[in-house]
Amino acid sequence: MNRVLVVAEHANGELNPSTAKCVSCAASLPEAEISVAVLAANGAGVAAAAASIAGVSRVLLVDDAANEPALAAVLAPQVARLAEGYSHVFGPSTTFGKDLMPRVAALLDAPQVSDVMTVESVRRFRRLVYAGNGIITVEAPADRQIVATVRIASYQPAPAGGHATIVPVKLGIPLPTHTRLVSVNAARSDRPDLQTAARVVSGGRGLGSAENFALIQRLADRIGAAVGASRAAVDAGYAPNELQVGQTGKIIAPELYVAIGISGAIQHLTGIKDARTIVAINKDAEAPIFEVADYALVGDLFTLIPELEKLL
Amino acid sequence: MRRILVGIKRVIDYNVRVRVRPDGTGVVTDGVKMSINPFDEIALEEALRIKEHGAADEIVVISAGPDEAQQQLRTALAMGADRAILVRTPIEVEPPAVARALLKLVEREKPLLVILGKQAIDDDCNQTGQMLAALWDRPQATFASKIDIHGDTARVTREVDAGLETIEVDLPAVLTTDLRLNEPRYVKLPDIMKAKKKPLDVTDFAALGVDAAPRLKVLGFEPPPKRQKGVMVKDAAELVAALRQKGLV
Repeated sequence: MNRVLVVAEHANGELNPSTAKCVSCAASLPEAEISVAVLAANGAGVAAAAASIAGVSRVLLVDDAANEPALAAVLAPQVARLAEGYSHVFGPSTTFGKDLMPRVAALLDAPQVSDVMTVESVRRFRRLVYAGNGIITVEAPADRQIVATVRIASYQPAPAGGHATIVPVKLGIPLPTHTRLVSVNAARSDRPDLQTAARVVSGGRGLGSAENFALIQRLADRIGAAVGASRAAVDAGYAPNELQVGQTGKIIAPELYVAIGISGAIQHLTGIKDARTIVAINKDAEAPIFEVADYALVGDLFTLIPELEKLL
Repeated sequence: MRRILVGIKRVIDYNVRVRVRPDGTGVVTDGVKMSINPFDEIALEEALRIKEHGAADEIVVISAGPDEAQQQLRTALAMGADRAILVRTPIEVEPPAVARALLKLVEREKPLLVILGKQAIDDDCNQTGQMLAALWDRPQATFASKIDIHGDTARVTREVDAGLETIEVDLPAVLTTDLRLNEPRYVKLPDIMKAKKKPLDVTDFAALGVDAAPRLKVLGFEPPPKRQKGVMVKDAAELVAALRQKGLV
């Protein structure tokens, strides 16, 4: 029996879909018994959502005012304590999980496998290195717990329909106060979330200005897509950082990805390699984005976007 | 002495198209340009700016790597670091071992700040800073896009999935850098000459009392599957027709 503890990600009382994707990954381990840890200030609703994920047998709910807002330094010692008796501790490879899980691994004196894309066996995992230019298979030692972040673009969320037991836990361990939240600047948008959207329209340096980037937003709205951006577009200030797709931004796997005015640096391509269908629109026929595009359209985006809008 | 430690990793230059060796033992490194990990260069630039603003006195750059990593440390000294430490190792070391070595150096150097890149562009692990912060039992502020030092606290804006988050941490602390924190300066030739005279100490994991043996065994190294080459469409209408046919719009 492999006992897996999945650390739930949540905000504003809502469970993030990354949690159900981590459960999918955990369920691909042989003989997995899966628990979800919910660390919250008032987490009954989140715990109920986690308990309804198929494949979860237990939800450990730690309610503590110190858990809101979620800070890695505060959560890590609690997760490490909850992890006692578990063979695997999984979290999502979102900024939440990337921040938290290595801190947990260090407290457990365990190695971490980052961005697991496939589970090969109990201790064998595949992951990408060099911005997706290589895939390595690694084996973790048998004498330690295994901490991993799950590459959420590689997994579908586990379905609903579970009836896990919710177990309230009081940990009573000292928590640090050396880290404090000052403010959060999160853009509110009615558009689909970039990390879970079925369709994404992304713009790059070719847009030329923040004003022109609105063309990408309009086209995205026309087909109900999320908006993404290349690093060049974010660096130039055309789009906010949370829209960046790529090695150091978001790794996504939509059904349809439309790259407009994006040349296709390898760091960008690693963020979209799991997209089902890639459309590239660029005036440079030699742009590397065309090497991975399923549909390539060479031309001026300022002519083509309005045409597409009319046709869609 | 208000000191900042900065981690420097020697990696294949980010402009190189990395290729997996046909025998599956790793990637081609012969004759390939090596550089400072871009995130680490940003970490050093930030440390230099903090010092220039009078909030730090000394910057120490540290690398865990082969003898050749002295080249990257010399470049860091030419950028403006005051001294360098190479933790020499002939083998590939993993983030937990690097974090433990850094902890030993932290105990010796007693820094105000440790600034590291958020990830290395070779293994893409994104672990070392968080692990060091845990072992040191100090705050971490990862993925920083803005850092302000106020006395014994730092205010750090972080790039997170939802947007931007600002946190305040007590010092000492570990910070890791994101891409938009700053644009690193170019090295000038006279500074390269001056850097040759700056101190560069060499130690190793055994001398620090840290076990460097990797815990993860790499069993295979493959190139990623190639995407099938797609089709050229001649205009917007043909594109929309193709997407409609596949039920994508």
